[in-house]
Amino acid sequence: MSDPQTTRRGFLGWLWAGLGVVALGELVWVGLTFLRPRRKSGEDVPELLVCGPVEDFAPGTVTAFPAGRFYLARLQDGGFLAMHRECTHLNCTVPWSQADERFICPCHASTFDITGQVLSAPAPRPLDLLAVRVENGLVKVNPQKRTRRSAYRPEQVVHA
Amino acid sequence: MNVNIPAWPKTDKERARRTRFTFLFHLRPVTLPARALRWSQTFGLGGSSLLLLILLAATGLLQMLVYQPVPGVAYDSVVSLERDVTFGPLIRGVHYWSANLLVLVVLMHTARVLLTGGHLGVRRFTWVLGAGLLLGVLAASFSGYLLPWDQRSYWAVTISTGMLTYVPWLGEFLQRVVLGGPNVSDATLVNFYTLHTSIAPVALLLTAGWHFWRVRRAGGVVVPPVDSVDDEKVHFWPNLLVREIAQGLAVVALVLLLAAVLGAPLGDRANAGMSPNPAKAPWYFMGFQELLIHFHPAFAVLVFPLLAVLGFVALPYLVPEGAAVGTWFLSPRGRRATLLAAGLALVLTPALVLVDEFAAGGPGNWLISGLVPVLTLTAVCGGFTVLIRRRLATDTAETVQAVAVLLSTAFLVLMIIGVWFRGAGMALTWPWTGGAA
Repeated sequence: MSDPQTTRRGFLGWLWAGLGVVALGELVWVGLTFLRPRRKSGEDVPELLVCGPVEDFAPGTVTAFPAGRFYLARLQDGGFLAMHRECTHLNCTVPWSQADERFICPCHASTFDITGQVLSAPAPRPLDLLAVRVENGLVKVNPQKRTRRSAYRPEQVVHA
Repeated sequence: MNVNIPAWPKTDKERARRTRFTFLFHLRPVTLPARALRWSQTFGLGGSSLLLLILLAATGLLQMLVYQPVPGVAYDSVVSLERDVTFGPLIRGVHYWSANLLVLVVLMHTARVLLTGGHLGVRRFTWVLGAGLLLGVLAASFSGYLLPWDQRSYWAVTISTGMLTYVPWLGEFLQRVVLGGPNVSDATLVNFYTLHTSIAPVALLLTAGWHFWRVRRAGGVVVPPVDSVDDEKVHFWPNLLVREIAQGLAVVALVLLLAAVLGAPLGDRANAGMSPNPAKAPWYFMGFQELLIHFHPAFAVLVFPLLAVLGFVALPYLVPEGAAVGTWFLSPRGRRATLLAAGLALVLTPALVLVDEFAAGGPGNWLISGLVPVLTLTAVCGGFTVLIRRRLATDTAETVQAVAVLLSTAFLVLMIIGVWFRGAGMALTWPWTGGAA
């Protein structure tokens, strides 16, 4: 017997082993692909939600849009911000309290100001932003386009 | 052994009877050491776990005939089970209480094995299988938590899976695979239902069979060395059998009592727009939620659990072969070291929680509330090891046991704080002023 690496039998053995590894890889790939999340982000909300005329929203107020799972905030200067209603801590739904002028998470007491900035932990970052645009005096929000942010910046505000 | 079976079966009927009889009885040993019969040797916790699993399988199967795993219908089918089905509340109650007791009994069983050295020597791999069973029981219990689709299940699963998002890099992907999407939805319910009714039961059945086989191969439960008590052997029938039946009846009676008197809770229908205050994870995950309050998220949900699982699995392999096993706490010296560890954890953990609550302002960056606490914890364990080695002259087995008790008692205290001492907004309260959820 010569070196198994150079015989035909040895070569075929290696070939089988190689094919086995490829087959195993395919199985793993098929399995993982099958298990990929079926529901996409934003699948259960409309692509565009017309919130209403600009003058419907008083400065310093927050309006909830349950169909789009977001809040539309109008700041004192008249600018608009649309924010996702999920707490950035552990995904609870955060209600707005007009009396305290802040979002207060019922689960673990994180609080956010009207711009979504964290006022008290444990939430690690501001509420997620949604795209707002004002067209012909109407406020429109795309609830599917959700962006994370690390801080509030004035350029996030959309003015009429 | 006064079993009335002819020495040599003559007819087919006799042969069949012999086969059935021997099949059932080969599952149990013919004889066992008299020392293994003592209740305080094991408290029958392993057997009770098996009985609870059987109760869960039976009541689970019945509920599968009524329950519909579709959001919008799921809650109604549970309401209908409670209202329209004869004995529905009893069956659901037995399932609920068996599940909670199973987690408790399995944890107690783990503690018993650890404290009598039942994980050492030839039983090392049995312990590893037991660790798998413990994780399997937690997974089965957690996946069942979502099925009633009430507020408690919806938000407990939302925040428990929300903890996954803090795993660096992979977090969001992991959460989405578990949930089948970005939030708790119909995909989540199907995932959890399949895990709960197929994957977990089959995995538990196979692993449990292997676990029991390993216990038999090791000569049964761990018992003290021969020289400490007499080495009498007794027959399984009737000595162990009557004890097992007595314990089994007691467990069934307890479960039935809890199910009949307290039943299983069912809150309001799940509402994605309204989180309850406070929202808590299932009680056996409250230790992690408590960690999340004090530590950097990556440490609370990844580093600590990973180290805990690795340490747990590796525990028997840290002790060299040939350690004396079978007596509680291994030795009087081991008992002193273990009690010292438990006492230290009982005092230190609440103290540290209070200090963090009033002195520091919640989790900071990964250095302050991640690496520094890990190093401190390592230093405490190291200091404790040196202390008991020097002052009590413990050997390796006793030292490992004491350090394991130190850490698990600390985690247990965190869990108790999370379950009973956290009220609205997860602020510290007393249980009688609204801490318990």
